Amino acid sequence: MEIVDILISASFWAAVIRIATPLILATMGELICERAGVLNLGIEGIMVAGAFAGWMAVYSGTGLWTGVAVAMVVGMLFGLLHAVLTVPFGLSQHVVGLGVTLLATSSTYYAYRLALPQVTSPPKIAAFQAYEIPILSDIPLLGQALFSQTPFTYLAFALVAATSVMLYRTPLGLAVRAAGESPAAVAAQGLSVTGIRMGAVIVGSGFMAMGGAFLTMSAFDSFFFEMVNGRGWVAIALVVFGSWKPGKALLGAVLFAGFDALQIRVQQTSFGADIPYQIFLMTPYILSIVALILVSRRAQVPAALMIPFNKGER
Amino acid sequence: MRLEPIANPSFSRSVVPPALAIAATVVIASLLAMIAGADPFAVLGLIIKGAFGTKFALLETLNRATPLIFTGLAVAVAFRARFWNIGAEAQLYAGALVTVVLGTGALPWPGFALIPMLVLCAVLAGALVLLVPAVLKTRFGVDEVVTTLLLNFIFLLFISMLLEGPLKDPMGMGWPKSARLIADARLPRMFEGLRLHWGFGLAILCAVAVWVIQTRSTLGYEMRAVGLNREAAAFAGIPVNKVLVKTALLSGGLAALAGFSEVAGLKGSLTLDLSPGFGYTGIIVAMLALLNPLGVIVTAMFVAGIFVGADSMSRAAAVPTYLADMMLATALLLMVLAIMLTRFRVRRE
Repeated sequence: MEIVDILISASFWAAVIRIATPLILATMGELICERAGVLNLGIEGIMVAGAFAGWMAVYSGTGLWTGVAVAMVVGMLFGLLHAVLTVPFGLSQHVVGLGVTLLATSSTYYAYRLALPQVTSPPKIAAFQAYEIPILSDIPLLGQALFSQTPFTYLAFALVAATSVMLYRTPLGLAVRAAGESPAAVAAQGLSVTGIRMGAVIVGSGFMAMGGAFLTMSAFDSFFFEMVNGRGWVAIALVVFGSWKPGKALLGAVLFAGFDALQIRVQQTSFGADIPYQIFLMTPYILSIVALILVSRRAQVPAALMIPFNKGER
Repeated sequence: MRLEPIANPSFSRSVVPPALAIAATVVIASLLAMIAGADPFAVLGLIIKGAFGTKFALLETLNRATPLIFTGLAVAVAFRARFWNIGAEAQLYAGALVTVVLGTGALPWPGFALIPMLVLCAVLAGALVLLVPAVLKTRFGVDEVVTTLLLNFIFLLFISMLLEGPLKDPMGMGWPKSARLIADARLPRMFEGLRLHWGFGLAILCAVAVWVIQTRSTLGYEMRAVGLNREAAAFAGIPVNKVLVKTALLSGGLAALAGFSEVAGLKGSLTLDLSPGFGYTGIIVAMLALLNPLGVIVTAMFVAGIFVGADSMSRAAAVPTYLADMMLATALLLMVLAIMLTRFRVRRE
């Protein structure tokens, strides 16, 4: 069976982890925002901005890690805008989020056209290269999949661990989770709900932008329009699928990437050749919706998600 | 800081913040033009002239406003009930799809029968597309934001598949494009000699109809109540889920008419670039109109004017057309802030 051949090939599993990386970063970013009680629909646009900012920085001569930092800062600026409007001013998180996506996307395209007015095909940069971790990368199958990736991917996995530790093992994490569950209790403790929520949205947006930057700086080596292609929206679905828990969300991202990598390979088999390619491209989005239906019954939504907190009214 | 509701906002309270929002948008647009190395006054002048300066420009703006009125109404209806339909793009393509399936010869009827039939079927198709997220929400509690967003991608791929398969025009020189509508399926012009089709008339009619539904019918009252407070509405005996499904059907149907009108009134066939994001822009149109259906007509013309004006401006000055999208996104964010400030006072602690 051709499918079995695919599933036991090391290159397949390496691709799964590669495809999962931007989703993992974006999903962690969204998860942090939502755990603090703020839905961030700016994610899709912030990923576009991050993808462009990191790539443009490296193209202008900075180092790769500086590029990642630039992407993160740009993401955090859009996060700041989102946070100011939704947290202290308590505006509709749906409308502001979509507005931020529109603004981030259009300003990215505007900046791209200004920076490179004449080009028809975008220039390439020297992107992150795979780094084989000694010994571990020699493990059959697993070594190829997990330990022969670019440093950007290792960073993504480290961030999942850090997010999990932060949320469940530190006072800060407790405060973030409480801001999303019962903000009045946080305020009663003398902590600033506004500060916690704004911080979460800003940091989370930085992670989203890194997810976008992975596309231009590690998965590919140049920037083109529509390259984020709904990954932000998928990340929002993954947060729900992961029941707002970092570990489960990571699992969801890998699972999703698995189906995505599989559909690309099945397209090339004799069996897949007869099926219109659009069917394959659709499956990841359809699976996202199916996953949402499956978990809907036992979803543990943060109780104060999307509910602005105004100390005046208690 | 703390927000304090204002019981009786004064006249200046309700006018100054929105006026400042518009002024700030213009200032930001000027700065952006300066970053591009252009004279901001010249750029703004070119946009206004390109949008409303000549008869040709004005007609172009009205044509561009037509689909935006439909998608703006779709969003206004849904958001009023706090049903977050971000999928107007998919519903638009559903309407366009039905129009080309039935209008390219499958129904060889005369125009007076065929066009109402196409309108009806387009509305049903759009309603059906949004029925899926609506039922998922009311039955399973699946958030409609994500499902409607993802359906946009799914539906566009579906259209792409059909345009490269069964719907592909054999005379299309290999392009993924449908056959052309028969003459009876085309919307006639509203006035002899003017390039403005009846899709615009239909859009105005729909805006008035939605206004009547919202202000004069039980359904309109129920939709508003569900939007204001779902629990209170349920407590008052309003069947919340039924109202949400009806809202979705109405919203999806309206968005589908944008697709119908673009194909039957303007393009004559279906391609993958039929909509340059009319579904998403509908959100801006509706929000700027404060979700008022009659206001949607005005804001749709304003938004269309910015797009048409920016297109013609970027041909004359070296400023990318994306300036239009940035202006609108800025206007959207500043306007929701301004509207809040008309009703609340910001108090420092």
